[in-house]
Amino acid sequence: MKGYLIYLLTRLGQFALVVFIGINITFIVTHATPIDPVEQSIAAATQYGSTSPEAIALMRQSLKELYGLEGGLGDQYLAFWRRVAVGNFGPSLSAFPTPVAVLIGRALPWTAALLTISTLLTWVLGNLLGGLAGYYRRSRALRLAGVLAMTFHPIPYYIVAFLLLIVFGYLWPVLPLGGGSTMNMPREWSWAFVGSLVSHSILPILSLALVGLGGWFMGMRSLVSNIVTEDYVVYAELGGVERRRILASYVMRNALVPQVTGLAMSLGAIFNGAIITEQVFGYPGVGTLLVSAVYAGDYSLVLGITTVSIVAVSLAVLLIDLLYPLLDPRVRAR
Amino acid sequence: MTEPVLTVSGLRAHYRTSAFGVEREVRAVDDISLRIAANEIYGLAGESSSGKTTLIKTIANAIQPPLEVLAGSVVFNFRDRSVDIHDVTPRELSAIRWKHLSYIMQGSMNVLNPVRRVRHSFVDFAFRHIGQPMPAFLEVVRGHLQRLHLAPDVLDAFPHQLSGGMRQRVTIALATVCRPEFIIADEPTTALDVVVQKGVLAMIHEIQRELGSSILFVTHDMSVHANLADRLGIMYAGRLVEEGRTADVFRSPRHPYTAHLIASLPRLGDSAPKKGLEGAPPSLASPPPGCRFHPRCPRATEVCRRETPPMAWLAEGHRAACFHPASEAAT
Amino acid sequence: MGRTVLHLLRFNRQFATGVVLLAVVAGFSCLSFFSPYPPNDSFIVPPDLPPSWDYPMGTTSRGQDLFWLLSFAIRNTLLFGIVVAVLSRILALAIGLVAGYSGGLLDRALMSLNDTFIVIPLFPILVLFYFVMREHMSWGLLALMMACLGWAYDARLIRSVAMSLRTREFTETGIFSGMSTRQILVEEHLPYVLPIVFSTTMNNINWSIGLEVTLSVLGFTDINTPTIGVLIYWANQHTALVAGIWWWIFFPVLLVVMTFIGLFLLAVSMNEYIDPRSRLGRTGG
Repeated sequence: MKGYLIYLLTRLGQFALVVFIGINITFIVTHATPIDPVEQSIAAATQYGSTSPEAIALMRQSLKELYGLEGGLGDQYLAFWRRVAVGNFGPSLSAFPTPVAVLIGRALPWTAALLTISTLLTWVLGNLLGGLAGYYRRSRALRLAGVLAMTFHPIPYYIVAFLLLIVFGYLWPVLPLGGGSTMNMPREWSWAFVGSLVSHSILPILSLALVGLGGWFMGMRSLVSNIVTEDYVVYAELGGVERRRILASYVMRNALVPQVTGLAMSLGAIFNGAIITEQVFGYPGVGTLLVSAVYAGDYSLVLGITTVSIVAVSLAVLLIDLLYPLLDPRVRAR
Repeated sequence: MTEPVLTVSGLRAHYRTSAFGVEREVRAVDDISLRIAANEIYGLAGESSSGKTTLIKTIANAIQPPLEVLAGSVVFNFRDRSVDIHDVTPRELSAIRWKHLSYIMQGSMNVLNPVRRVRHSFVDFAFRHIGQPMPAFLEVVRGHLQRLHLAPDVLDAFPHQLSGGMRQRVTIALATVCRPEFIIADEPTTALDVVVQKGVLAMIHEIQRELGSSILFVTHDMSVHANLADRLGIMYAGRLVEEGRTADVFRSPRHPYTAHLIASLPRLGDSAPKKGLEGAPPSLASPPPGCRFHPRCPRATEVCRRETPPMAWLAEGHRAACFHPASEAAT
Repeated sequence: MGRTVLHLLRFNRQFATGVVLLAVVAGFSCLSFFSPYPPNDSFIVPPDLPPSWDYPMGTTSRGQDLFWLLSFAIRNTLLFGIVVAVLSRILALAIGLVAGYSGGLLDRALMSLNDTFIVIPLFPILVLFYFVMREHMSWGLLALMMACLGWAYDARLIRSVAMSLRTREFTETGIFSGMSTRQILVEEHLPYVLPIVFSTTMNNINWSIGLEVTLSVLGFTDINTPTIGVLIYWANQHTALVAGIWWWIFFPVLLVVMTFIGLFLLAVSMNEYIDPRSRLGRTGG
């Protein structure tokens, strides 16, 4: 038990460190620019007419306050952290006066759902197929699956999403292309609504899965081919343990352990892919919100999304880390 | 004279690989014949790359490509059946494994599934043979462990929680829980320190006496053979070069290689400097023609370079493969 | 090293395929030096023409010959990827080797930093970077930023190689026999470090080109320099697909997918070749 407690504390510390460094990077990026976002916003707001100098001065003042750019660098840093800690990024410029936090709060569940479902699906399926491919080396079907997985894997998420859009948008339009659910449908938990949720998420999930499968497949296949030479597997074969049991309890179970670590490490990349994919399919998650925020010049929203993304992904990694000892008893003891 | 438990005849098993346009055939086991009787500990000695690991893999039918059995047979004579281990259905093989033929592996540091408790290994290996419902089965296992002076709560531990010596003892308990007639022990004490080694060897000796099993005990450590083996076989470069009762082989080794192995053992009162054997063991992919030992043999002659010496009976229960075997020792 | 490459080419189908794909792409990018049109000019040829003998890849809605334009685009994209890879190698090698060789507290500190960069989602940060930079965003700046963010995964791999080398017997033998540190590093260790640097470089180029394409398609980079992503951006701006100008999308995507798969195959086959266990499997050791 004590071993686990130490492990827990270490992981919590790591989580805090990651969030701290990440948010600091965000601060550095926003303040290392020669451009003043206040002036930029003013320029954008006043380009179609003339505005009195007093109005501009007022705008400047309120924007500075809005963006937390009052005072010297030190003050700005503290103000920045204060906001992040509370989760208050101010009102969104493009959807004034809706607070940024509310906008993100609306979009985040969509992204979270998409991410969780597609990642779990891809991870489980990829590892299963890869494990079988590593164990049954002669299977033609599995080798073909491997080639397919490896073909899609190096292609970036955007292009796969784009290609799917072309295929299902122009060549074989059977699936809805945009949005999270059918428009004008009442948002209650009816079968129709849930059905539309599902049909709208098929393409984004498919897109993420096509790219992700290859990675897990290859990793698991190579892990399994190494594990079958391990002493405990050879011994189990000498002991006449039936093949199915060896595959499940000796091979897969041991191979999954590093794959869980791999999952934690890839979450950042998968998240990147998810938000890009969302944008292509107009899925109402954080990704679409981010891109439209950039187009609209909404500084607070972009900053808010970046910060929330960092915290959210780090939290997910922490969760996986905490579940890890359940899978690997060797960690519990240390 | 009852039938021997194990009869190996003319066994030939090679590794054949073809990669990057290069073909290789490693003659790891080249025409080996031997017999092991019931209730007998047969020691197999030889240095690394002598082919002894391949031999026991072949005897246990743990054949994986690129290893292939090219000739010969391995016939077991168990209580209720007689089988050629390479000529059985997978179902029969599974029924034989562990119940009649078990295995203690080299460097048993890692033979138990690291993510499962020890209990599960016992269930996986032995449950189907004992034929009792789970609670009764576990009682049998606990009883067995206790008889071997192991605490029954070792079943609830994970392998990494046990020390190396402990793990080895648990493995021996695992290998004997179904009371098999034949046990193959592959370097079971090599990775252990001397004190633990002694305990493990004592355990093996005790269990063998109790079960009456035959043990094929493989190790390069001649002192272990001296203490444990009833009969001793010496392997060199994929072939058996000498075989006989342990006492006979130690007292009057016939083959020059055996003589060298035995002379290398330190003895009380013998302070003469030891001379190493010149040269190195031959590559099994391209062994020397004729007798494989001839490049390093002090007694080699022309015939040794041309022809392979057959295994010949030189005394009661003692045979060697040499054209110029040493004569019976005076003592 | 040359012999290894030839060996791989002859017997490893993946490696050979990768080399062929990349040779085609690289060759095509070299054609850009022979282009009769400067890359940024528009409306020099009749727009929206499908592929034909005169215009092998058709023309764009902006009146550009896609064939020559694409040669520039792929050249710029490749260059970008290579620059990022080189820059991030420096960081990855520095951090990975220092952490692996020194061990102890320094190693732990560097690895905590490393883990941070692996976990953090980089895309939002890059988008934020574009947002605050806007017109001042240049390719060099973007390359620098991506190099500063993308070293982490490879540093970890290099570190594990360094750690295993540090404790290997031949290192201690080298030290005891009086080899200088430089000698040990160059003669004993480099042959092990180089292959992993090579394969991580391939992966890194894929990663950076992938990000470049993604950012450019959204318009988050300098859209006046032709790169693959920028090409697709303009195609989308002119709603090429709806207008039926499929070649404007098809050829850039084809070329860049060839690049990705080619680099990937190289990295994978190199990795498998290095891994001693798979080598044993091939030669039955």
